[in-house]
Amino acid sequence: MLRIACPWCGARDETEFGYGGEAHVALPADAAQLSDAAWAEYLFMRSNPKGRHRERWVHTHGCRRWFNVVRDTTTERIFAVYLAGSPPAQLPDEPA
Amino acid sequence: MGDDASMRRFIGRDLVLGECPARACVELRGDPDDASFVRAVRTVTDLPLPLDPGRSAAGLLASILWLGPDRWLVCSDTQAGSDLAASLRAALAAIACAVVDVGAARIVYAVGGSNARAVLAKGCSLDLHERKFPLGHCAQTLLAKAPVLVHLSGAEPTFEIHVARSLRDYAWAWLRAAASEYAAEADDA
Repeated sequence: MLRIACPWCGARDETEFGYGGEAHVALPADAAQLSDAAWAEYLFMRSNPKGRHRERWVHTHGCRRWFNVVRDTTTERIFAVYLAGSPPAQLPDEPA
Repeated sequence: MGDDASMRRFIGRDLVLGECPARACVELRGDPDDASFVRAVRTVTDLPLPLDPGRSAAGLLASILWLGPDRWLVCSDTQAGSDLAASLRAALAAIACAVVDVGAARIVYAVGGSNARAVLAKGCSLDLHERKFPLGHCAQTLLAKAPVLVHLSGAEPTFEIHVARSLRDYAWAWLRAAASEYAAEADDA
């Protein structure tokens, strides 16, 4: 079980949260003009990394807020938690 | 409302479980950075809006529990939910916000006494020790898998557990089972 630090409520069990997939997938500005392939790319294709993943979580059974988490998909270690709507968190040991 | 004969109660060693009389609960959403919103809530409840996570404010007329960064629960034992909601709506008429009377959807169990923390610890992963969860703190979490709002309302300690009315029987059955090791005498089995 993960322990996830909600930005408002603090560390809570994973069972209180819901998972929202990859973060920072922005709706293309010209969404109505997209080709089927480009639309499918936006809807379905995700980076699916082995390693650090910026992803969305929601504190369903707490404050019901969405926020972003940097989690390593192999070790389950959580490196950072940051607010939804903010730019991707940059970790100190990562190239800018 | 207030049907005492049907109220659930259990008295054990340093432990009291009970169902609280029906309580007015109004969910309030608004922008805490809007001074007029905070002021309007204060005129109705005579309470400062708790802005820090997990805090509450309690007064004679009402109490306000923090639910989220823009969400609060206003409770009152002295007013009807519809009256409380109406007075909040009137005071907040010109302000972007939401006021919803949710009292009928939930019930409140009180868990009190020096064994209260031990009982709740059986089904709640929150650290409810007084150092981490002092008087007046509240938290939404899971208790025995049921979504609840836990509020430390009294120093004895007394925890108030808000739970959906549909989980009333389930939550009581779990509380009674968790409390059974502290049984001394029971007037409700």
